[in-house]
Amino acid sequence: MATTPAVARRRTNTLIWIWTAFVLIAVYLPIVCGALASFNKSRYFGFPIKVYATEWWQKTLDSIEIGMLVRNSIAIALLVTAISVVIATFGALAFARYDWKGRRLYQKLILLPVFFPQPVLGLALLLGFNAVGIQTSWLTAVFAHLVWIVPVVTLVIAIQVYGFDPSLEEAAYDLGCTRVQVFREVTLPLLWPGIWSGMLFAFLLSWSNFPLSLYTAGADSTIPKWLYAKMVAGYTPMVPALGTMATLGAASLLLGGGLIMLLLRRRQPA
Amino acid sequence: MADIALARAPETAREIRHARRLSVGAKCAMPVAVLLGIGFLAPMVAILAYSFATPRSFDVFRSFTLENFAGLFDPANTVWLSFAWSVGFALFTVAILAVVAYPIAYGLNAVFGRWAGLISVLFVFPLFVSENVRLYGWVLFFIKNGVLDGTLRWLGFSGGPEVLYTPGVTLFGMAYTYLPFMLFPMTLGLALVPRDLVDAARDLGAGRLLIWREIELPLAMPGILIGMLLTFVLAVGATAEAKILGGQSIIVISHDIEIAFTYSQNWPLGSALAVVVSVFIAALTLVALSKLDLDRMLGRR
Repeated sequence: MATTPAVARRRTNTLIWIWTAFVLIAVYLPIVCGALASFNKSRYFGFPIKVYATEWWQKTLDSIEIGMLVRNSIAIALLVTAISVVIATFGALAFARYDWKGRRLYQKLILLPVFFPQPVLGLALLLGFNAVGIQTSWLTAVFAHLVWIVPVVTLVIAIQVYGFDPSLEEAAYDLGCTRVQVFREVTLPLLWPGIWSGMLFAFLLSWSNFPLSLYTAGADSTIPKWLYAKMVAGYTPMVPALGTMATLGAASLLLGGGLIMLLLRRRQPA
Repeated sequence: MADIALARAPETAREIRHARRLSVGAKCAMPVAVLLGIGFLAPMVAILAYSFATPRSFDVFRSFTLENFAGLFDPANTVWLSFAWSVGFALFTVAILAVVAYPIAYGLNAVFGRWAGLISVLFVFPLFVSENVRLYGWVLFFIKNGVLDGTLRWLGFSGGPEVLYTPGVTLFGMAYTYLPFMLFPMTLGLALVPRDLVDAARDLGAGRLLIWREIELPLAMPGILIGMLLTFVLAVGATAEAKILGGQSIIVISHDIEIAFTYSQNWPLGSALAVVVSVFIAALTLVALSKLDLDRMLGRR
């Protein structure tokens, strides 16, 4: 036959590039559609858009109600990030660094909340809060987010822990460091990239979470909760506008977080 | 004698450290264990307790009846239909995603080179956009006078197909939402395939199909299985796709649970349903995970 293996392989690679590009376009298509709808001047969406305008963005920015949602979402995400990163760092050490009796079981049990359907988890938590008599608010939503996000962040940090050499810690102990010193001077700096990605994951997953917030935030609303309510009844172009803003916020955070990580990595070569 | 004592000393010190390390691991796991104990196990117990309470009541811990479960397994009840839809959707989602994600996972490992990082980030990012927003974007795409319809009309066709609010578009939405959950475990799995093994097989004259079937696929299987399990389980519990894209034309199982809790205010029935779904998912997850070595999956990169 005319085709040599090298030619065939190159052809396969080209097809893989094309396929990946096609899937990526599909992945971002709905986000672009939302952005388009938010710049539509008329109240109801129709394509091609006749008149483009930024008035719905302006209205969204001016809305006091939306300002409150954004503050709720940020407060929840910040608290979730701060708490989950501490718990998950230790959780990741237990997951990947130390040999201990219950580790195998622990590794599996920690995955259960990740695999569990979130609407059902949200309802279960609501039921639990109700049984103990806790009034649901944004604080209970923080707790609900933690149940799902801590395991995810633990896995993210655990991947970094696997790549780290325990003999560095041993050396520090042999040189007379206390356990706190070892943790602060050796363990933390080595795990920093994993912890940083874990923090980004925690913030962004909390920021975009809907099913848990729906059942556990009580009367307090968050951005995804408000968006869903308006999608079901009462569409205005403020829905895609706020959705696009939330997406842009997440994108800039991810970009900023990635840049900071690159800078840190360059300053301290591994 | 002194020599022996000196030789013994580090040995015991290491033993002490080793013993201490065992307990350190358990201590590090404590915060997570407490959180999941209160936040995951306790609510599960609450659901279990509610599922045995008198139907349409809030008499948790005060009544005991099997009525809720009996109702679920009653052939007259159509709840099995929701369950069948959910499992069917999930199976199709897994099958579609296995085919869609495999070439990309292969590319991330062997084709994209220095672009692999950027491409991974592009596939991760949608996870940080609320799925409501992304699914609603598809509604705007598929709706009458929407992006697809409008574009086709503008090009002179008679308009787009009416796919919105059908089971097909729900399935599409699920495949769309859960792509990253198949892609990344699969990529990790394919990263476990040693490149020189593939090269050796090629040098020995194995064809590409043979290499794929005999080397790549078996060695990447742990990752592929985790991806399939993750997508299956998440898709079984999915509601947003059927609600937003499917327009509630089909009620999936999680939606049934929500309805029992909200509209019909029948917490015991909703709990019984949730217990059945949870047991199904937990059994599947634990059985599948017991066959996999997580240390090897996550550690070797």
